[in-house]
Amino acid sequence: MRVEQIAVFLENKSGRLAEITSIIAEEGVNIRALSVADTADFGILRLIVDNVDKAQNALKEKGFTVGKTNVLAVEVSDKVGGLAKVLRSIEGAGLNVEYMYAFVNKSGENAVLIFRFEDMDKAIDSLMAEGYTLLTGEQICSL
Amino acid sequence: MTTRYWEEEIETLPRVGLESIQLLRLKRLVARVYEKVKPYREKMDAAGVKPEDINSLADLQKLPFTYKDDLRDNYPFGLFTVPLDEVVRVHASSGTTGKSTVVGYTEADIKLWSSVMARALCCAGAHSGDIVHNAYGYGLFTGGLGAHYGAERLGATVIPVSGGNTKRQINIMRDFGSTVLMSTPSYALNLADAMGEMEVDPQSLSLRVGIFGAEPWSENMREEVERKLNLKAVDIYGLSEIIGPGVSMECVASSGGMHIFEDHFLPEIIDPQTGEVLPPGEKGELVFTTLTKEAFPLIRYRTKDISRLMYETCACGRTLVRMEKVTGRTDDMLIIRGVNVFPSQVEHVLMGIDGVEPHYQIVVEREGNLDTMQVQVEVSENIFSDEIRVLENLANKIKADIKDYLGVTCSVKLVEPKTIQRSEGKAQRVFDRRKM
Ligand SMILES: [Zn+2]
Repeated sequence: MRVEQIAVFLENKSGRLAEITSIIAEEGVNIRALSVADTADFGILRLIVDNVDKAQNALKEKGFTVGKTNVLAVEVSDKVGGLAKVLRSIEGAGLNVEYMYAFVNKSGENAVLIFRFEDMDKAIDSLMAEGYTLLTGEQICSL
Repeated sequence: MTTRYWEEEIETLPRVGLESIQLLRLKRLVARVYEKVKPYREKMDAAGVKPEDINSLADLQKLPFTYKDDLRDNYPFGLFTVPLDEVVRVHASSGTTGKSTVVGYTEADIKLWSSVMARALCCAGAHSGDIVHNAYGYGLFTGGLGAHYGAERLGATVIPVSGGNTKRQINIMRDFGSTVLMSTPSYALNLADAMGEMEVDPQSLSLRVGIFGAEPWSENMREEVERKLNLKAVDIYGLSEIIGPGVSMECVASSGGMHIFEDHFLPEIIDPQTGEVLPPGEKGELVFTTLTKEAFPLIRYRTKDISRLMYETCACGRTLVRMEKVTGRTDDMLIIRGVNVFPSQVEHVLMGIDGVEPHYQIVVEREGNLDTMQVQVEVSENIFSDEIRVLENLANKIKADIKDYLGVTCSVKLVEPKTIQRSEGKAQRVFDRRKM
């Protein structure tokens, strides 16, 4: 149900993002989704990859600070209103979103929304009850 | 636990006996440098003081101070009291600013140094049979060879591993069964980091005690080193001008403070502004007179280290006065918008915030007429979060705590690991970019 995500601390130095993606590529690990959250002073890169441990170890070895967190991946149809519907459900269930980002699968039919909730257990229950599909890590990687 | 002494009689001598030895040695020293070293003679003449004016330890205050600049002005050998053919060794400081300072030793000086280092090792509870892993740098820096000779003198087995090649050091430690670690405290943390990466459990090693010095470190850092390396951490103090490591040493029984080997190195605490000697127990600049060194004696040398002297008796039985851990440098002291700031205070704050490792630096700049201080802190895995808000809160907490503790407003920048240089010699924590 939960998907493992890795997060990397970044100083806002140009070129760091490219450096990180190439370190991961050299390990033969595929990046399925990527998002950068940043402030004026620093950034956090969040990644969904098909081999979490391999990517994490490679980045650590190069001296990056890396963390692992669980997120939820919700599949919705990529039509107008698809996202709005999920967000309404979340609001209705009183769930607090720490952050979210999205990507579209290869066929372009469906969008995958990645969420980090304050209360992950409650979020899983609520979303399942509303009939949403929560993807596993393997499912995301085989999309 | 019984105390191990190296020279029990002198280390436990009642104060009055110690002072009579000090006075005798002081008179002999002053007469010798007055006769042999022109710069000393000129300074004493200018101050109107002659060797025969020294009749009590208090008369020491009549003598002029010696400054690091005096060493530079007489570079390289101008303050030596013996011809060079009696000098068996020289060491030199790195000299990052201007000329390096050069120090020399006769054969007797090397013996003296080895014996005070052997005393220091005994203070740490080391003994013959110990395997001493000496990760102080060998070379012109006094740390490596000073510790080496002392450990050999003690009868321990020395591994002269020097600095660098950290993973290999850990393999050596494990394979050779090192029991005593000698290094800078920041390098000890490096070793702990590397053990984590190599998945070597410190509990599986034989390390019992660590003798750490050559850079300032806090009580919190001691706690961190002890926890991460599973050993007892003790503090050693020294500077190359006085002899190198082995000027003073913390004993394992003490509740803090390092015993000064004051039968050889006579300490004073002065007000760095006025030069006045301060009453016992007060904090000020540490000044040393080397009573027995032959090749390169120093009279009233201004160390620029901030400390205080503690004459209370110590549980170990040594009567030698203790000096408090050096809490700052007179020239590290930053004046930020009129507030005195020591980097050690910033370190104290950082260690107080759970999980923040003391890898930091302070950058001071001047914008217009206003001083700005930025504290850069490395983000370790302990404090990292995938949420912006959590990291911003951390930066704000550091900022608020520094404001609370030091009364000065700073900015805090979180930086990637290993951005801040780890040292095997002395760490540079402060970058003062103000143009005065
Ligand atoms: Zn003691």
